[in-house]
Amino acid sequence: MISNRILRSFTFRQVLLYTSLSMGSMVILLGFIYWATAGFMDRELDATIQEEILGLSEQYDSQGLVGLSSTIEDRVALNPRGPAIYLLTNRNLRPIVGNLSAWPGNSDAESNWTHFKIDWGHGAAKHIARARMFVLNGGLHLLVGRDVHSLEKTRKRILVASAWGLAITTVLSLGVGLIMSMRVMRRLESVNQTSLEIMEGDFSRRVPTVGSGDDFDKLAINLNRMLERIQALMSAVRQVSDNIAHDLRTPLTRLRTRLEQVRSNDTQSASEEIDQAIEDVEELLATFNALLRIARIEAASDKVSFKELDLGNLVRDVAELYGPVAAEKYQSLQVKNQGKVPVQGDRHLLFQALANLVENAIKYTPEGSVITLSANTTEPGALVKVADNGPGIPVELHEKVFQRFFRTDSSRSTPGSGLGLSLVRAIADLHHAHIELRDNGPGLQVCLQFGN
Amino acid sequence: MRVLLIEDDEQLASYLIKALAEVGMIVDHAADGKDGLFLAAGESYDVMIVDRMLPHLDGLSILRTVRASNNHTPVLILSALGEVDDRVQGLRAGGDDYLVKPFSFAELHARLEALLRRGNTDVPQTQLKIGDLKMDLLSRQVSRAGKTIELQPLEYRLLEYLMRHVGQVVTRTMLLENVWEYHFDPQTNVIDVHISRLRNKIDKNFDTTLLHTVRGAGYIIRDLQ
Repeated sequence: MISNRILRSFTFRQVLLYTSLSMGSMVILLGFIYWATAGFMDRELDATIQEEILGLSEQYDSQGLVGLSSTIEDRVALNPRGPAIYLLTNRNLRPIVGNLSAWPGNSDAESNWTHFKIDWGHGAAKHIARARMFVLNGGLHLLVGRDVHSLEKTRKRILVASAWGLAITTVLSLGVGLIMSMRVMRRLESVNQTSLEIMEGDFSRRVPTVGSGDDFDKLAINLNRMLERIQALMSAVRQVSDNIAHDLRTPLTRLRTRLEQVRSNDTQSASEEIDQAIEDVEELLATFNALLRIARIEAASDKVSFKELDLGNLVRDVAELYGPVAAEKYQSLQVKNQGKVPVQGDRHLLFQALANLVENAIKYTPEGSVITLSANTTEPGALVKVADNGPGIPVELHEKVFQRFFRTDSSRSTPGSGLGLSLVRAIADLHHAHIELRDNGPGLQVCLQFGN
Repeated sequence: MRVLLIEDDEQLASYLIKALAEVGMIVDHAADGKDGLFLAAGESYDVMIVDRMLPHLDGLSILRTVRASNNHTPVLILSALGEVDDRVQGLRAGGDDYLVKPFSFAELHARLEALLRRGNTDVPQTQLKIGDLKMDLLSRQVSRAGKTIELQPLEYRLLEYLMRHVGQVVTRTMLLENVWEYHFDPQTNVIDVHISRLRNKIDKNFDTTLLHTVRGAGYIIRDLQ
């Protein structure tokens, strides 16, 4: 199974391809080395023999048979058992002088070159010799050769060494390829395994990382981030549908009951009931619109409508609009700084976000509270704060309040949809702004940090 | 008043025809874009109500064609698309007002009235006057029965808008869109608070009330005497 998978794995196929390519080039290289070494020795030998024959034939021409045979005798006496081989015969190939006992039988008349086996006696193995035959003027036959035993041995050694080298390299590269493919496969296998488990429904699974920061780790980290995001979106969708079921069903039920009552009692209170019913519908529509709006803002990716605007101005407009509302609750709504705070954005959406934050502050703080608005240019970008000195929100709920329809227990008694802060977060995300709740000691501080 | 209604939803159309007739308007109705454009180009109307999404020819195309032929009849666009961008698109195509579905008839009626009367206020005015309430548009002074009334800038803008639409119902959405120039949905009764402050300044301690609340619709400023 596994071996089959390795053979089919991409890495192993790549390794096979590279191995065969490098084998091919190695064969060419070794062939060249062989030709350059063994071939060179052969050619040197042939040239030496050739020159010697020429010299001896010249000697015969100048000094006659006596001179030639004495020279051969001298040379043989120097090294009677090779590697130089000489034989001079008469017309009928009967030996006259030399260290070869008989004319080798397989003489090749055509090329004059011959190979034959030579026995130096003493029970040693026969050696191979290479020689050239030459017919002197007057019909005498001359043979000059060399015992090529050591040459052959060298040649064989080179061949064997090359073969071993080739074999070892092949085995090594195949082995390395196998190990590499196994390692790559093991890393990929963990990704595959995780995907399978996720497909089977276990969305909490994550691709394991080695921690080395290599390509596979990066892949795993990115996949995990993607999974993280998908899971967050999925749970948001699930939570929203749960909440829609609850938060829209309640007013719908109320509406239905009201309408049924109008039908059953035909009194003059009908118009009042219908007014109430219309209010219910308005409330439903508002919730519905807010949901759609959040979804649209979250899905929006183009920032075509973004323009440079002054957040300071926006904050002052919000304060101007809501100042009287706060004053009705004997609260004071203050704007801290008056400077220009430029930012790229959609003024309507940002106004909506700030309005929601200020409305929340007014709604959820008691009479006499102080609400402070501020906009500053900081590093890395504009910073807007909406702070109050009311009861605040427990730290553990600081993230939860941004969920759709989430309402703190203490806020349930006041009217509201639980969508205000979700909308604020969607608008902040669209502007790449980070929104965070902080303890204002006492009270709550909402920070909107741009430029992330 | 002759109104052309181009709306493909049968129920909504028949309801609107009935309701518009009740407030004294004569309604021609077209159920698709082609018929609508035919009527808009051939007949003369005081105002047109055009749905944005229509069979055969969409509302914005009708609007562009009508405007290209130098027809300046006020047009109110009805649409289920309510984001700021959609609104801007509609107004750029030549619409005079943009109303997002679903809407109340009171809202539609108030906006139609505003569109119908708009032609009359084109003459540059330096003073607005309702009963004994006077607004000097140049010096930005407001007085009632000779007594100067101090107004905040926002209150001044609010009063100016109301006085320019004297005798007409002005809805909360219209105020938000035109006085604040921000498109946003307040969750609280923020408009009512501003109106009640304005009322305290211009109506309190005077014999007659000028600024009235219209139940289920909005506000109206008028002199009943």
